[in-house]
Amino acid sequence: MNAPIVWIAAPLGISLILVLLPKERWITYLGTFFCLFLAGLAFWLPPDTAQRLGSFSFKIDSTLAIFGRRISLTATDQVILILVYGIGGFWFFGTLAAGGARRIVPMGIAIIALLVASLTIEPFLYAALLIEIALLLSIPMLTEPDQKAGRGLLRFLIYQTFAMPFILLAGFLLSGIEAGPADIALISQAAILLGLGFAFLLSIFPLYTWVPMLASETLPYSVGFILLIFPAFSMFFGLDFIDRYSWLRDSANLSYILRLVGLLMAVSAGIWAAFQRHLGRIFAYAAVSETGISLLALSLQDRQISLQIMFYLLIPRALVFGIWTISITVLKTYSADLKFSNLKGLAREYPVASAGAILANLALAGIPLFANFPVRQALWENLAAQSVPSAVMFGVSTIGLWAAALRSLAVLTMAPLKTEWKLGETWSQRLLIGLGIATLLVFGIFPQWAQPFLANVPSIFEHLGK
Amino acid sequence: MPIYFQWVAAASLAICTTGLLISRSWRWSIGLLATQYFAAFWLALVHWPLNMSATMLVTGWMSAAALGITHLNIKDDLTQETSWPQGRTFRLFACGLVLLAITASAGSLADWLPNASLPLAWGALVLIGMGFLHLGMTLDPLRVILGLSTSLLGFEVLYTFLENSILVAGLLVLVTLGLAFTGCFLLVQGEKAI
Repeated sequence: MNAPIVWIAAPLGISLILVLLPKERWITYLGTFFCLFLAGLAFWLPPDTAQRLGSFSFKIDSTLAIFGRRISLTATDQVILILVYGIGGFWFFGTLAAGGARRIVPMGIAIIALLVASLTIEPFLYAALLIEIALLLSIPMLTEPDQKAGRGLLRFLIYQTFAMPFILLAGFLLSGIEAGPADIALISQAAILLGLGFAFLLSIFPLYTWVPMLASETLPYSVGFILLIFPAFSMFFGLDFIDRYSWLRDSANLSYILRLVGLLMAVSAGIWAAFQRHLGRIFAYAAVSETGISLLALSLQDRQISLQIMFYLLIPRALVFGIWTISITVLKTYSADLKFSNLKGLAREYPVASAGAILANLALAGIPLFANFPVRQALWENLAAQSVPSAVMFGVSTIGLWAAALRSLAVLTMAPLKTEWKLGETWSQRLLIGLGIATLLVFGIFPQWAQPFLANVPSIFEHLGK
Repeated sequence: MPIYFQWVAAASLAICTTGLLISRSWRWSIGLLATQYFAAFWLALVHWPLNMSATMLVTGWMSAAALGITHLNIKDDLTQETSWPQGRTFRLFACGLVLLAITASAGSLADWLPNASLPLAWGALVLIGMGFLHLGMTLDPLRVILGLSTSLLGFEVLYTFLENSILVAGLLVLVTLGLAFTGCFLLVQGEKAI
């Protein structure tokens, strides 16, 4: 048995089987179980590590050769495997409440498998091609049944597709730089192409216009998955570039550029979120702001802290995105759309979904006691030590998200005085949103539980982790 | 391959991409896409062996066939863009500007890339530039796929100077076909919506 077959080929095969299952519930249960099984397996039996169970000994080899190239999943990838398949399991279970299992679960598993493959392929710059294939698979997930493709979807396809050729070209130039590292002209050309590629891939300001468009035209739960998984893997891919090329890693300007771009995204998206009148668009801007915050985390001078914060951000982000998008998906099923004008007073009829949407928004804004608070606090503190104006701008972004949450709260509770309270959600919706909020609180109160997981993060990267 | 053959292929690419931009019939558009892949195959032969170049050609034709067969079952023709500007004269003018810019910059690209001849660099830039122009003017799913395929084909021609790995060629095949199937899916969805 070898690792690429277990964590890449098997999920691709399972996703095909899931498409054929007749009932949505079966798809949800099987998809969730399979993802959690893979996360558990990565935890118990990482690649190239032997484990004994009774009289049997198990070991999964790390490398598979295909078309003359190697695909390797090593023990250092353990954290990423646990994280992504864990997030996948959590997300797919949420389709019990949000619906859409038939298009989210099979495609989601295939996308995760391809993105995991993108981290493992050698030479690593071919990852751009696998990311592109994963992107193409996400289109059916994002298309509303029997609806024409909207502007957001088409822009998403165009912008994300453009990332691939630029990154590939940059990669070819970078191999030239490895041969002659003193060639300044070549370095600047490669840096420009690489910058363009990642600007498209991470939807850097101003290339994120598709995000709010997409969030307002399709199922929020599908958009949430895409906005969680793609930026996370793009970030891993970017870290791989930084880790491999010393001219990039040691560049004095890298930290400054990352900070500038991160702030631009976080602040612009935070401010825009405050002025939106559509719950889906508020979520979209919050997601863009989170990408900016990850870039800010990467810009920190202390690489180990920077990596730990960046990875730790992913756990509460997955929880918050999940709760937020389940909640607004529930609200969308009972309302014509997610415009404020159609949501007035809905908190009286759907209090759990409304609470989920508001609390998730506040949690992402860093409200104390919730899971995002400790990590945002750590980031803010480190940022302030590096640059006070940057810390102030980070605060502006946070205020924008707070304002968006308070406006949403005002609209959702704006019911006529004698409207009675009801519990309009189904049991599964109440249970999942309630459990999600409780988990956010637990992670907020006991942030130290993530410590064992974070301790191994620097080891993923050969040079950055030192 | 003699240089004038390369120029013929590059000029065919310019004609095809211009035609794609001004054509309003889906049949013409699909035909031009297929011709475009043939011209790109011709250019790719300069650096790639026949079997790898043929992969590019066959994949492109399969994409064109998939899009064509899907469109056969759809009632309307390519939708008229509702946003300004939409006239053919304007599009021709924009094509002229892009071609002019490309002609000015192709020489430096040919110097910059190892082993690149001028017609190859010019042809690749024509595909990339005209694909971008196409994408900037449309919101029709078929046109978006045509624009993306054109741009990506341009980059593929560029990679022929730089890379001859079978894995890259294989993955590019998957991307090209994936893009075409995505286009088919979007066309069918659009039809259901009507």
